[in-house]
Amino acid sequence: MKLQVKEDRCSGCNVCRVVCTLENFSTVQPSQALLKIKGLFPDPGKYEIAYCNQCGVCAGECPEEAIKEVNSEYDIDYDLCTQCLICVDSCPFDVMVVLESGYPAKCTGCGKCVELCPRDAVLADQG
Amino acid sequence: MLHGYAGKILKINVGSGKQVAENTPPELAEQYLGGRGFVARLLYDSIEPGTDPLGPANLVVIATGPLSGHLLPGSGKTHFGTLSPATGGYGDSNMGGHFGPALKYAGYDCLVLEGAAEKLSTIVIDNDKIEIVEDETLQGKGALVAEKILKERLGEDFQIITIGPAGENKVAFACISHDFGRQAGRTGVAAVLGSKNIKAVAVRGTGSIPVYNAKGAQQKGEAMYKVCFAKPGFKTWTPYGTASITSWVNEVGAFPTRNFQSSFAEFHNKINGQAVVDKLLITDKGCFGCPTPCGKYGYAKTALGNAYVEGPEYESIATLGGSCCLEEIEEVAYANYVCDQLGLDTISAGVVVSFAMECFEKGVINTAEIGRSISFGSLDDVVYLLEKIAACEGIGAVLAGGVKPASAAFGGGSEQYAIHVKGLEWSGYECRNAPGMMLSYMTADVGAHHNRSWALGYDISQSDADVSELIKAGAGGKMDVSSPEGKVDHVISMQHSRPLYDTLGICRLQTMEIGFETVHYEEVFELITGRKLSWAEMLAISEKIWQLTRLFNVKHIDGFGRSWDYPPRRFMEEPVTSGPNEGRYIKKEILDKMLDEYYEKRGWDSNGIPTPETIKAYGLK
Repeated sequence: MKLQVKEDRCSGCNVCRVVCTLENFSTVQPSQALLKIKGLFPDPGKYEIAYCNQCGVCAGECPEEAIKEVNSEYDIDYDLCTQCLICVDSCPFDVMVVLESGYPAKCTGCGKCVELCPRDAVLADQG
Repeated sequence: MLHGYAGKILKINVGSGKQVAENTPPELAEQYLGGRGFVARLLYDSIEPGTDPLGPANLVVIATGPLSGHLLPGSGKTHFGTLSPATGGYGDSNMGGHFGPALKYAGYDCLVLEGAAEKLSTIVIDNDKIEIVEDETLQGKGALVAEKILKERLGEDFQIITIGPAGENKVAFACISHDFGRQAGRTGVAAVLGSKNIKAVAVRGTGSIPVYNAKGAQQKGEAMYKVCFAKPGFKTWTPYGTASITSWVNEVGAFPTRNFQSSFAEFHNKINGQAVVDKLLITDKGCFGCPTPCGKYGYAKTALGNAYVEGPEYESIATLGGSCCLEEIEEVAYANYVCDQLGLDTISAGVVVSFAMECFEKGVINTAEIGRSISFGSLDDVVYLLEKIAACEGIGAVLAGGVKPASAAFGGGSEQYAIHVKGLEWSGYECRNAPGMMLSYMTADVGAHHNRSWALGYDISQSDADVSELIKAGAGGKMDVSSPEGKVDHVISMQHSRPLYDTLGICRLQTMEIGFETVHYEEVFELITGRKLSWAEMLAISEKIWQLTRLFNVKHIDGFGRSWDYPPRRFMEEPVTSGPNEGRYIKKEILDKMLDEYYEKRGWDSNGIPTPETIKAYGLK
């Protein structure tokens, strides 16, 4: 699932980030979430959501060609990954993380953030 | 391993710099769950009688609960506790936001602060790296300003609590501020932080919390959100938040007006939830894990100035709007903003200011003492007094102790309308037509605060209807609520259920406002912690904590007993001046009858002291 966001609907609750790490890493650890929320307070009083739009920059930068497009989503082939982490540094939205194992991780398009966002601020991109 | 918990209690002496991270005792978790339970037990065990609330031997305990930081609705709560400078007894306050979850991700269930730093300092907790950083450049900075400075300095991923000038100056109703608009407002915890020279605590937690059954907890947590999404109140209550109840409270004649002289404000439609949305709202602002954000972040334009401000929430509307008679929502919001920057609890601040206004009207204090004339309805006067209080200047130095010591200083019969219990100012519900709610305020452990038992809905509807249902039904024809029959049992029941949320580290509003069922918490608690406890068993723990906080007051307040459980004489002697309850009040004889029944059911003697048999029955010592 490709994501889109409506930032003006976001209330900063971080439910998306908690369920993201549970679904993908079986842990309650929002610091490892594959999307980020930044509150702009006190002025102007709004939230910015950084998320993976499956732009593929990480795939283009990977020297091992370990990140491949499958059905409009980019997935990491961990059999090919050498933990060089160039992909993490290349992410234009800073939403890739490094796991304790040393491997990188990126949004898998699981859609859990879309399913649980109470505000419909994170949505499936229908376009 | 304690599943669900972070596993450590971090104790810091801010004077010596000594830090100890101890394992969270399993028996503490077993017997007191967390949050309010940890606060009550640790305070009771650690503070000696005769301790000065503003001295280095007092503690500030900051505790999360076993459900804080997990995937379930409202899991963003943090509980603060101390020997209260407002009451001299048990003090605690609960706050939403993101601080508690961050503390757990850093590895700590609980933070205990003791001692006093030599210079104004900030505690920086970056996972297991802890520093006490002297920084006098933050002195006098507004609570929101200080948070912004620290965010820019430390990074966006730090969660920060701050105090304002009021806390630095040890005002008895100084509040802790967080996330540009959430507060731990009540009982003066921020004054104790100020006495310790702690301007802020910043925490970054990047770790995880162990979960007994991660897959099961995830599935249950997801289901809990979907139950919330399906509640009618999810769509009808959320857009207005706590302010949605304003006009209902006014309609039933419980809206504090003119320092609680009346319980009805003609101008309620100008300061209700609709007014917040129409005139202020920029964005909804949710706490961690919240599906129903009550935080309404907005922008207010007034003749005095413009401000970004979170709120006003209902309580601020009631005390700054109703009690001080600010008739425009922009004015209420601006006064709210001034309180937030100064670090003053809006509830107590509104009641203290309206008390001063009535004192002036009645000639108890004069222009020379105040520095000017003041009147109800003037934003300029409200802000003038708030600034004097925060700075402890002139009349503000007297008012900074709260209405109880101020009325003792002013005399002139002002004790009659010093609206407090135990030294804590009354929050936003006038009760001369609501005996259950009156008893709730009288017997709350911290003083006149509504969150221990909000029996007003029961007083009006004689049912357990949630708030969204009450608002939908309106006041109707059920206004004869003057009978106290059956109220005591309901108050006791609520005094166990509502504080239980503070103990588990979660928000009660999903249940109280939109009717989310408690059975879900039993199930998710077991999946997260691996411990099977029914809601009834958790309530029994909450009941034990209620006994413990009463014992704390007995231990620390000289002569504590029945005389500390009465409302101001206004509520027992003076009729309401206008509105649907005009002419009504509750005679002391009726309150005495309710207190007798309450004490008996609590296992307390006729002076309100837990009997030795009761103490033994609850296994307390």
